[in-house]
Amino acid sequence: MKSIIAQGLVKTYRNGEVRALDGLDLDVEEGTVLGLLGPNGSGKTTTVRVLATLLTPDEGSASVGGVDVLKHPDQVRNMIGLSGQYAALDETLTGWDNLTMFGRLYHLSASATKARATELLEKFSLTEAARRPIKTYSGGMRRRLDLAASLIIKPKVLFLDEPTTGLDPRGRQEMWQVIDELVKGGVTLLLTTQYLEEADQLADSIAVIDAGKVIARGTSDELKNQVGGERLEITVDASHLTRAVELVKQVAGVEPIVDTGLRRISAPVNNGSNSLVQVLRLLDEAKIHPLDIGLKRPSLDDVFISLTGHVAEIEAEVFTGKKKRK
Amino acid sequence: MKQAIGDFLVITKRQLLQMIRIPEVLIFATIQPAMFVLLFRYVFGGAINSGVSGGYVQLLMPGIFVQTVAFTLAATAVGLTADMQKGLIDRFRSLPIARSAVVIGRTVGDTLQNIVTLVVMGLVGFAVGWRPSSGPVKIFLAFLFLLAFGYSMSWIGILIGLSVREERVAQSLVFLTVFPLTFLSNAFAPTTGMPKILQYFAEWNPVSTMVAACRELFGTKNIFGATATSWPSQHPVAMSLIYMVLLVVVFAPISVRKYVKVSAK
Repeated sequence: MKSIIAQGLVKTYRNGEVRALDGLDLDVEEGTVLGLLGPNGSGKTTTVRVLATLLTPDEGSASVGGVDVLKHPDQVRNMIGLSGQYAALDETLTGWDNLTMFGRLYHLSASATKARATELLEKFSLTEAARRPIKTYSGGMRRRLDLAASLIIKPKVLFLDEPTTGLDPRGRQEMWQVIDELVKGGVTLLLTTQYLEEADQLADSIAVIDAGKVIARGTSDELKNQVGGERLEITVDASHLTRAVELVKQVAGVEPIVDTGLRRISAPVNNGSNSLVQVLRLLDEAKIHPLDIGLKRPSLDDVFISLTGHVAEIEAEVFTGKKKRK
Repeated sequence: MKQAIGDFLVITKRQLLQMIRIPEVLIFATIQPAMFVLLFRYVFGGAINSGVSGGYVQLLMPGIFVQTVAFTLAATAVGLTADMQKGLIDRFRSLPIARSAVVIGRTVGDTLQNIVTLVVMGLVGFAVGWRPSSGPVKIFLAFLFLLAFGYSMSWIGILIGLSVREERVAQSLVFLTVFPLTFLSNAFAPTTGMPKILQYFAEWNPVSTMVAACRELFGTKNIFGATATSWPSQHPVAMSLIYMVLLVVVFAPISVRKYVKVSAK
């Protein structure tokens, strides 16, 4: 069963000049995580706002949990949780005040609200900070409390709009852990992100969105395969670069790409591990010791660039750069 | 319906909690009008020949009370704009609550804060010679009247708060609308010194009818200029009530509709 369906969503601003959504189609299977991946201004937030009943589209239809979003928004509101780009909390109040307020607004009884708030604070490691005003919280703590607030009713469908944007690496890791556990609990999750690695980590399947349309859909592996197979990458001393290029060319059968600055040679190969062994042997015979050698599968960065023709985000690149180098 | 009342009570409670969590806001909100009382009492008090027994402070206090509650809408507007910026309004709108709960809760919360402010101002006024002479019932009625006026004005604040994107813009807009209203009135000086045409405006101004109504309820004689025989001057209490009803009837539905459709971006 599909928990989220969007069909032909169109939303324009300024008399049609700006097409925030341009015929967007989307569906999410119950109990799975869909990563909606796209750069700033691609329509991610607008999509979430439509599905969370905050915005009426110009055209198209949408349903959440089998209920029509446009016809019965109140029924939809009773089963969704929304956590936006900015921690939407009352900063002057404490974490406890915020959670109990939202619990009461979801019409839980006073005792159920207290029990649930206690449970969520515990779960998100915020029990100690519960009696402090939100404005004393770190960015990561705010996001966790914001997420907790959206989970007060144990929603069937959860929308997380860029849950880690602006967090430091540690905060991001903590958030990922929390989301990961949540997903194991069986909630249907629509997650928007501009971090390619985030979609890779958290989502069962990924929809790439650009200019208000979904331009590709699949699992992270499927999307990577769409771009191409493995590449062999070698880094050597500058003095050995020319010789190593010849050897790699010999194995790969095509002209390798050389980055002189990084002293890195890279070439597409068909039978990955075989080619790797061959190149290693040739290098050894030539008495060249590679500083780094490995097979690299295309990253979601590559997928993104090949699909949209532009880099996702400078920030995202820096961020994923760390992990690639293994 | 019962649920809707529950929703709005939760929102009102939120505002009272804010008052407890950051008492500075309330303290400053109270110091400012108290300061006004002292400044006007001692700076203008000597210069203005009030012709009222008990002196200028008898005329002044109702004026300052009305000005203060009129400015309630500043807190309403700025608070609401801040909530919008932070995405809190989006979250409220994604909850299964009555569409009017958030805005009603805010107007009521701001009105409750006014109670504290009015009590403090009344005490300061009393300390500097203000002596309402109409008896406890009418004095109580006068304060109720002030709270009701503040409440109806805060609906304008809701509309301003939902219409602008920046807190500072909301603040400026409030000052641009409320300041002229409170000064083009009989609040601090009798209108008799104004040019004729301003006298007419000043005496139909809701702030003036409120001030006149409060003076009447506190037992102070009103002084009117060119419009002494006009209906609002003759019946300030009734006229003020009409204004309040009008404010709520006009601004509440517009504000609620605006809230339903508002989007942060």
